Amino acid sequence: MQWETVIGLEVHLQLATQSKIFSGAATQFGAEPNTQACAVDLGMPGMLPVLNEEAVRCAVLFGLGIGAEIGLRSVFDRKNYFYPDLPKGYQVSQFEAPIVGKGEFEITLSDGSSKRIGITRAHLEEDAGKSLHEDFHGMSGIDLNRAGTPLLEIVSEPDIRSAEEAVAYLKTLHSLVTYLDISDGDMSQGSMRCDINISLRPVGQEEFGTRAEIKNVNSFRFVEKAIHHEVERQMDILEDGGSVVQETRLYDADRDETRSMRSKEVANDYRYFPEPDLLPVVLDEAWVQSLRETLPELPVEKRQRFESQYGLSTYDASVLTDSRALADYFETVAADCGDAKIAANWVQVELLGQLNKSELDIANSPVSAEQLSGLIKRILDDSISGKIGKQVFEAMWNGEGDADQVIEARGLKQVSDTGALEAMVDQVIADNPDQVAQYLAADDGKRKKLVGFFVGQIMKASKGQANPRMVNELLARKLV
Amino acid sequence: MHDYSLDRLAQGLREGEFSSVELTRSYLDRISALDGQYNAFITVDEEAALAAAAEADQRLATGDATALTGIPIAHKDIFCTRSLRTSCGSRMLDNFVPPYDATLIQKLNQAGAVILGKTNMDEFAMGSSNENSYYGPVRNPWNTETVPGGSSGGSAAAVAAGLAPVATGTDTGGSIRQPAAFCGITGLKPTYGRVSRLGMVAYASSLDQAGPMARSAKDCAVMMNTIAGHDPADSTSAQEVVPDYCANLEQPLEGLRIGLPREYFGEGLQGDVAQVIDAALKELEKLGAKLQEVSLPHSALTIPAYYIIAPAEASTNLSRFDGVRYGHRCEDPADLHDLYTRTREEGFGAEVKRRILVGTYALSAGYYDAYYKKAQQARRLIRQDFLDCFEQVDLIAGPTTPGTAFALGAKTADPVAMYLEDVYTLAANLAGLPGLSMPAGLADGMPVGLQLLAPHFAEQRLLQTAHLFQQTTDWHQHRPAGIKAGGQS
Repeated sequence: MQWETVIGLEVHLQLATQSKIFSGAATQFGAEPNTQACAVDLGMPGMLPVLNEEAVRCAVLFGLGIGAEIGLRSVFDRKNYFYPDLPKGYQVSQFEAPIVGKGEFEITLSDGSSKRIGITRAHLEEDAGKSLHEDFHGMSGIDLNRAGTPLLEIVSEPDIRSAEEAVAYLKTLHSLVTYLDISDGDMSQGSMRCDINISLRPVGQEEFGTRAEIKNVNSFRFVEKAIHHEVERQMDILEDGGSVVQETRLYDADRDETRSMRSKEVANDYRYFPEPDLLPVVLDEAWVQSLRETLPELPVEKRQRFESQYGLSTYDASVLTDSRALADYFETVAADCGDAKIAANWVQVELLGQLNKSELDIANSPVSAEQLSGLIKRILDDSISGKIGKQVFEAMWNGEGDADQVIEARGLKQVSDTGALEAMVDQVIADNPDQVAQYLAADDGKRKKLVGFFVGQIMKASKGQANPRMVNELLARKLV
Repeated sequence: MHDYSLDRLAQGLREGEFSSVELTRSYLDRISALDGQYNAFITVDEEAALAAAAEADQRLATGDATALTGIPIAHKDIFCTRSLRTSCGSRMLDNFVPPYDATLIQKLNQAGAVILGKTNMDEFAMGSSNENSYYGPVRNPWNTETVPGGSSGGSAAAVAAGLAPVATGTDTGGSIRQPAAFCGITGLKPTYGRVSRLGMVAYASSLDQAGPMARSAKDCAVMMNTIAGHDPADSTSAQEVVPDYCANLEQPLEGLRIGLPREYFGEGLQGDVAQVIDAALKELEKLGAKLQEVSLPHSALTIPAYYIIAPAEASTNLSRFDGVRYGHRCEDPADLHDLYTRTREEGFGAEVKRRILVGTYALSAGYYDAYYKKAQQARRLIRQDFLDCFEQVDLIAGPTTPGTAFALGAKTADPVAMYLEDVYTLAANLAGLPGLSMPAGLADGMPVGLQLLAPHFAEQRLLQTAHLFQQTTDWHQHRPAGIKAGGQS
């Protein structure tokens, strides 16, 4: 039977606020355990939450970014369950009245096609702490630094049909939230965590199959692998005439498999009810409007502009708009050197190639946008050839200074002195009488190929520094 | 000295008639001599009290004193006090020493008040008789075989017995007003949100409110001037401007319209209590008030709504007491489940467990709509009743409780009979209204409380009415047998 995969994603996005969602404690990653938890985060008796306005702003920006309905009156609820790293015995979340309602965004797939994925809702909530089970001699340690960190839980519609789409969705989401500057989206630090709901149904069937939920997958690659694995598992069950159990599963990256989290088999009754310690969040329409006006150009808009303004292909434009920092970098280079296409080429091939190889982020690039455009300018004014340009780029990457400094220090300036070039051309013609005879005997078509030999010899003799245009001119004049 | 009003004490301190250390010492001596009979205090830290008094004396000497500088005060053990154990009447917090002060404590400390100690209470403020304390019941100074009321029973008994000039309490369903009535003192439950809840161990967050318990309305007003006000750390605290609660106390009542809800004078009200209330109302009439009958048609919903909402909130507020971070933890837990169940089994008393169970049930999937949602609807109706009523009258008056203090143990076996104790007081919490109870007379030798309810943030009107009543009557000056009466009012 032909099966269709149906996937919905729940992403927990850590918002880039300075302090926690309901307390003044810092949210920095990687601090010593329990050094960033105050009395509120610890759930001490009598402590009360105060909503961080910045978290609300981030959530609304996200809603505006996906064109969603903004909940002008949203309500916090308590989600009740016992766990040692949940200090109050309840998580403050939003249940019935979330701050962001229905929205959608577009994902682009590798074949160039695009697809709209619906967003059901996004709501604010606090993160729990962490339980540490190693190094405590049979006991558990609790680190509450993360407790109270603001999260935006983004729930997608079950519109996703493959692992590729899921990854594209997450990458698009990542790009969107970093554009909006509401999260660093760093999956390795847990700033973006993903729960995957997967079910299969026979192709053509409208009704959804029974789904399994894979919790807390924390990299694009693991998302892809977890989905592949889970689809196979469910397909095996269904093909054998069995039925999928609705359950929560865990993806084990080491063994590349998902397995049931048995402890959660019993359905939890979270006993949601409105949090009496917080008032409903009532937003002023004018305030929302003012935020809408501060929205930056978002990835899709920027990509479209790059296509029309710079004449770039959709693919090139989407590579260059992957992050706001990269797009800004490219635009600086393009504006400064005056040739967007060459700028696009250099940024994509040389710069991104090196960055990927060195696993560096654009923000940490050793070559600045100004440096790169300085290099391109020297190519455009014929000071160096494109080939020498690559050498210069490498030298700049290694910290040898700006393009002009490298060219000067390494003596890479193109030879455009007619007298010197003429001497070289004459020498090569004198040294290769056979090739000259061959050339002279050939017709126009063949001559074009044979002239390359002479150019190559001259470039070799000049260590690549001869101006190729002038060499060609001289050869054309002398080979008669 | 132990019968002086706050004004009189402040005057004595200011004029050097006695020092704060002397005053504090005299109260500490009374506590150690007399509290064995009442069990009003859970914790007394003499050393800290005397140190604070010495500091207050220095401040008095510089002339930089407030109305409360150097005045000893007893705090209900529900308010977190830095470095001073805060048990909330529970074994669960028997070992809990907060590293912070509640906002109310901070304000009073800053004003220079001296903490005498922490008063006994029903565990987690759940109770109407103070028999639910891990530290044993409090006894009513008027008759030690009877209860002082609850849950702020220790504070009420301490003030009544002259073990403290003034005390703090909290009121979730009557816990200031009912013990004030039983112990013959004046207690004010302010409008919800008027006094910060930060650092007050939560029972039912949408109903809890702190307030003063004192010998007179005027003393309550003095306290309010310090404790009322917005707290940015409590999102539910009111932004409303804080008036000077002492400013209009003497303003005549001429033309004040007082509504008497027929639902508060019907079945269940003890006959001798009704007589005392009638006499007190006549007194108010003499002062210029106009009495008229009003109706609160949804009164019958009050007890059912309260006993869904309060336990529901309590059931989750008390989840944090899990033995993981602070408070009681059972010995040698075998695993996590054992840690939770045994810690909570041992740490909580019967009434607390009962309310956690009721609340958990009311919030459960499938029951939420039938109970919690319904109760919230009822709550809106009850609130609307009052808003309608206050279109016709300025204040509402009636008995604080259906009867006087009952015998210890009389109602412990019957939770519903105990819950009926709060029949007249619960509605103010559900509606968020301010309410005051003041001594209106004696029935069979025991104090009877008259309750006054006012529109939101009209505490001044309550204090003014009670103050003028106390200017022409002396019920608030009556003291239990054996406690020296007289002195300044």
